[in-house]
Amino acid sequence: MSADIGVGDTAAASSGRGQPRAAQAGTATERLQRLLALVPYVMSRNVVGLAETAEAFGVSERDLVDDLNMLWCVELRSPDPYCPIDLSYEGGEIQVSEAEAMGRPLRLAADEASALLIALRWLAEMPGVGRGSEISRTIAKLEQAAGSAAAPSMHVNVRADMQGDEAAVSAAAVQITDAITARRRMHISYYVPGRDEATERDVDPMRLLIVEGFSYLEGWCRRADAVRLFRLDRILSLQTLEVPAEVPADAERVDVDRGLFRPSAADIRVVFELAGAGRWVADYYPCERQEELPDGRLRVQIRTPDTEMVRRLALRLGEDGRLLSPPDLARQVMADARAALDHYA
Amino acid sequence: MSRRKTERLLSLVVCLLSARRYLTAAQIREAVPGYPESFDAFKRMFERDKDELRELGIPLETGTNPAGDEEQGYRISRQAYELPDIRLEPDEAAVLGLAARVWRRAALSGAAEGALLKLRAAGVEAEDLTQPDIEPRVLTPDAAFGRLWEAVRDRRPVTFSYVGAGRTAPQQRRLEPWGVVSRRGRWYVVGYDTGRAAERVFRLSRIAGAVSFTGPAGSVTVPADADVRASVDDWDTDWPAERSCLLRVRTGTGNGLRRHAITTRPAPDPGWDLVELAFSEPGWWSEQIASYGADVIVLEPSDLRDAVIGRLKGVLA
Repeated sequence: MSADIGVGDTAAASSGRGQPRAAQAGTATERLQRLLALVPYVMSRNVVGLAETAEAFGVSERDLVDDLNMLWCVELRSPDPYCPIDLSYEGGEIQVSEAEAMGRPLRLAADEASALLIALRWLAEMPGVGRGSEISRTIAKLEQAAGSAAAPSMHVNVRADMQGDEAAVSAAAVQITDAITARRRMHISYYVPGRDEATERDVDPMRLLIVEGFSYLEGWCRRADAVRLFRLDRILSLQTLEVPAEVPADAERVDVDRGLFRPSAADIRVVFELAGAGRWVADYYPCERQEELPDGRLRVQIRTPDTEMVRRLALRLGEDGRLLSPPDLARQVMADARAALDHYA
Repeated sequence: MSRRKTERLLSLVVCLLSARRYLTAAQIREAVPGYPESFDAFKRMFERDKDELRELGIPLETGTNPAGDEEQGYRISRQAYELPDIRLEPDEAAVLGLAARVWRRAALSGAAEGALLKLRAAGVEAEDLTQPDIEPRVLTPDAAFGRLWEAVRDRRPVTFSYVGAGRTAPQQRRLEPWGVVSRRGRWYVVGYDTGRAAERVFRLSRIAGAVSFTGPAGSVTVPADADVRASVDDWDTDWPAERSCLLRVRTGTGNGLRRHAITTRPAPDPGWDLVELAFSEPGWWSEQIASYGADVIVLEPSDLRDAVIGRLKGVLA
C-alpha cells in the first residue's frame, strides 16, 4: 500500500481539536475518517457519553449527533436492502449494537505513524524526559501496530541536543524537571545578554519548554513577581532549595503554540543590509521582511525590544552587515567601533 | 454536495468491507446509493471515489473471484484495513499524548491528530494533558519541509534551488534524499547530490522556491551505511578549542566571554581585568569579541587581534 495522505492535505485538514470544522468542499474525506473512527471508538468502550465523545473528536455535540445519524442511515440495497449499522444515543449515552465490518479503526498511514514515532524518539533522547522505560515501550507497541507504515519515520530525525553547552544544558534540564516534580523553589544565576550581566533570582519552576532548539525554564520569578522564561544555556548556576515552590494560582502560563515572544508596542524595527557572509542573520532572527537587492545583498527587517542586542550584532557583523535603521542606533554603533579601535592604536 | 459525497463514500467503504468476494463495478453501483443513473457518469465518479479512498490509506484491492467471473472486481481486505490490537499502559498513553502535542504548530500536526484519533478508536485512552510539566515542540518554518518529507517517505529524487553559505546566487541542485534531520532547531536534508556525485548536506532555510520531484516513488536507494545524523554533525560542528588568547576586559563587562575564561586576574590599570580563554579559530571568536566594542580588547595572539580590528574597521567602512 503506497497511497498515503500527503503532508499538504493533512496540514490543511488540521483545524485542531476543539475547533469547529467547516463543512466545505474537500472536507468530505475528513469527515469520512471521523465516521470510520467513531464506530470503533464507541465499540471499544461499550457505552460512552455524547459529551465525552464530542470532546475526543473535537466536534460539537450537534455535529456528533449528525455523524451518528449518518452512520445509522447507511443502507445498502443489494442483494437485499439492509442497514449494516445499528446504534442509539438515548439519554446522552452512545451504544453500537450492530456494525459488523467496522469494528476496528483503519490502519495508521505512514504520515500518522511517523508523526508520533519521530516525536517519541525525540522525547526518548531528551534530558529530563526519557528516564523511565515508558517511551521505549510505547515506541515498540506503536511500531508493531503500524507495521510497514512505520518505516518512513526512520528517515526523519529530530536531535535532542540544544543550543549552548550540551552537558550543562542537559544537567540543568534534569535538575529542573526534578524540582518541578518535587515542587521545590530554585535559585538561579542568570545571564542577561542585553545588559551583559548576571542576575540572581529565586524561581518557582512551572514547566520546561523546548522550542526552536532552545530549552526554557518557565517559572514564577520572585524578583519580578511574574511568570518569566529563562533560557537554559544562559543559566550560569542553579540550586534546588529546601523550600516549597509557591506558584500563584493565577500565574498565566505561556501559550507555547502562539509563540514564546509576542511583539510588543515597545519593540523597535531595525534594518540590516547583509552581504553573503552575514546572511546567517536571516536564519537566526525572525525577519518581518526580506528583500534581495540588485547588488546581491539582502535587506532584512527585524523587530525586537532589545537595542543592546542590535548594537552588538552590528559590531559583530562588521562589513558583512550594515545597520541602516534606526539612524541614531547606527551612529551609536559607529561611535562604539571608533572607541574600540582607539584601544588598538 | 459534500454531505452526499460523505454518505456515498461511507456506504462504499461499508459495502466493500462487508463483501466476502470481489464486487464488480456494476454490483457496487447496485448496492451503494448515491451514484448517477448514466453508466459513464457512474464510472467517472467511481474512479474518483476509489482514488480518494486510497489517498486515505484504505487498502482497496482489485481482483477476480475464483468462481470464474471474468470481470475485475473490488474489495477491502479487513486484515489489511484494520489497525492491529494495541493496548497501552497509563504511563505509555500519557507519553503518546505528549508526542502528539510535539507537532502542534508544525507540518505533521494533522497527521499526529489523525493517528491519535485512530488509536483512541482502538480503545487507547491517550490523555490530552492540560498542564504537562514539559512542552516540547518541533517547528517546521521552512516551506521545503513538506515536499522533502514526502520525498524521503516515498524515496523520490528531488531538485531545488539552493543558496549556499556565503553565496548570493542560487544554484540548482539535484538530490537523492536519504533523510531529514533537525538539530538545534534547524532542519537539514542529507543525501546524494547527483550533480556533485557526492554526499551533501543542505539547510532547509537556504532552499529558495519550490522543491520538485524528478523521479518516481521508490527510485531512491538509501545506502545501508548512511548515517544522516552523523553527516549533519560533521557539517555543522563547532571547532575544538585548541588555542588560548589573552583579553583586556573592562571590569563588570564581557560576562558572556568571562563564562569561558580559563583564568581571570586584575590588569595593571584599574578598572580592567586580564582574561585568558580557550578559542578555536579567529573568525567566529573575533565576531564575539568585536560585539563588546570598547569593553573587550585583544592583547594576543596577533591573528585574533587583527581579525577584531578588521571587523571594527568594517563597521566604519
